Amino acid sequence: MPPQHLDPTPKPLRWALALLVLTAVGWVVGGLSGSTGWHWPTGSQDVLTWTIRAPRSSGAWLTGALLGLAGAVAQGLFRNPLADPFLLGSSSGAALAVTLAWVVWGAAAPDASAWLMSVGITGAAFMGALLAVLLTVALARGVQHSLRLLLGGVVVSVVLGALTSLLTLQWPQVLANTQGFMLGNTALLSWQSTQVLVAVGLLAWLVAQACARVLDALSLGTEAARSLGLPLNLARWLLIGVVALCTGAAVAQAGLIAFIGLAAPHVVRSWCRVTHAWLITLSALTGGVLLLAADIAARLLMAPNELPVGILTALVGGGYLLWRLQNKSGYAP
Amino acid sequence: MTAALNVKHLGVQWPDTDTPALHEVFATAAPAQWTAIIGPNGAGKSTLLRAVAGLLPLGAQLHGDIEWQGRPINTWSRQALARHVAWLGQGEQGAEEWRALDVVRLGRLPSQTWWPSASDPEDERIVEATMRQTDTWSLRHTPLGSMSGGERQRVRLARVMAVRAKVLLMDEPLANLDPPHQADWLQWIQALTGQGHTVISVLHELNIALRADHIWLVAQGRVLAQGRASDAPMRAAIEAAFDHRISLHPIQDQWVALPQASKHSNLQAD
Repeated sequence: MPPQHLDPTPKPLRWALALLVLTAVGWVVGGLSGSTGWHWPTGSQDVLTWTIRAPRSSGAWLTGALLGLAGAVAQGLFRNPLADPFLLGSSSGAALAVTLAWVVWGAAAPDASAWLMSVGITGAAFMGALLAVLLTVALARGVQHSLRLLLGGVVVSVVLGALTSLLTLQWPQVLANTQGFMLGNTALLSWQSTQVLVAVGLLAWLVAQACARVLDALSLGTEAARSLGLPLNLARWLLIGVVALCTGAAVAQAGLIAFIGLAAPHVVRSWCRVTHAWLITLSALTGGVLLLAADIAARLLMAPNELPVGILTALVGGGYLLWRLQNKSGYAP
Repeated sequence: MTAALNVKHLGVQWPDTDTPALHEVFATAAPAQWTAIIGPNGAGKSTLLRAVAGLLPLGAQLHGDIEWQGRPINTWSRQALARHVAWLGQGEQGAEEWRALDVVRLGRLPSQTWWPSASDPEDERIVEATMRQTDTWSLRHTPLGSMSGGERQRVRLARVMAVRAKVLLMDEPLANLDPPHQADWLQWIQALTGQGHTVISVLHELNIALRADHIWLVAQGRVLAQGRASDAPMRAAIEAAFDHRISLHPIQDQWVALPQASKHSNLQAD
């Protein structure tokens, strides 16, 4: 008898290829279309295509991929399918930092060049996100206790959110500037941002892959995972680092984008039953496709105006989860 | 012959409590035997099993000696211990959406590297052999969430057996299993010890536990007695540990525990 294949279904691979095809299609559509209408590139120097639309589409896909990856890692790490990658406080940290930055810079140099502003704001958002996660970990006194981490994240989010409100109450003029960030904004993504996103994405994917088996074991419970001889503590630090880095980079480049991180792993689970190595990869690809699609829709739906992409993802993502809950009786997310 | 497990002067203290969870525990488990840990609720059975497995939660203070095959537990590396001692926890949950195959494969983790490499043929062979042995091979593509309690238990057992560890520790493996599945479990355990494995399990099902090769009777954080159900002093100790609310009787070459009506029934007080 020939040796039987244990796993005859390369189903995840087929999904990965399908998602890559969708990515390519979305990228081409995103490069040709926009709120000012369809535009065919006139050459390799075409400004609208190559300096605005192409980097924007690439950046949107990458941001979505980072959020999807972080979502899959967070849900595995906290053994909770409702875990959102922002639950460690990175979004509120970034929001506070951005508001603070506008207050400080706005007061000091109101006509600083847009480029300097953008880099400064991006840097501030990234630092704010990382600091908020560090604060959460410090409040939780380490990474061993998932419940403490979740509580720490809630506390940090609430307190930093309150501080942000306080700042905007005191300096209401920054609201106009921070609103774009709060609602999620893919319009300003440049080739420079995509380079950052690619670097962060590759690093995060490698670390997450290395820890994928730990996440698999963790789904049996902490005790069982420990009994399998895995370096749980190290893996938890690494995975929290992945979540912090991904959400920090995503939030810094594109503002607060809701629901992609939560929804992408769910979409993957509705297609195929996979362990974490594939779940992480497919969630990243799915997150990328979702945000790219949302970005294209945000450009076209109300053309020549644009919808903030964060509003769209929240509406569509929330609607999707609701539909899953309603439609599939017995669907345990 | 070296004992599979030797415990001396073992004490465990939880943080923020005065009374120790375990105190001056002495116990031994012989190789290729099935040891059952029994005792009243809250006696410290699960704590004892966790302590010898090296799985006490952080913050618990442990003192005394635990030796696996004559070597103190703290001289074993984490991976070496994981390969030598496999653990089946109480009501392990999660992974509902996974196929049985994915769950059983986790049992090979102690022998693998971190990076999810292409599956090793030797590992796959062991997984298949273990699943055939536990009669779960036909369920390999079925998700855990859509299995019956008995099937799920078999998958869990396959997961620990796939470690190919010398020793198997099980915390209440029979919880939520009906009598036919309990009988199945007993057969597997006897097969495992027949193949040279050492099994140590916490059991609430006294009638199953009384058939073990060796019994540790745990009460009030201590091992009060060790032995077989066929020893009269052991039986007396068991009856005493359960407040004489049970009595042990021989039926068809087996010892069975029957509940005793209390002399002062609380019901009459109303």
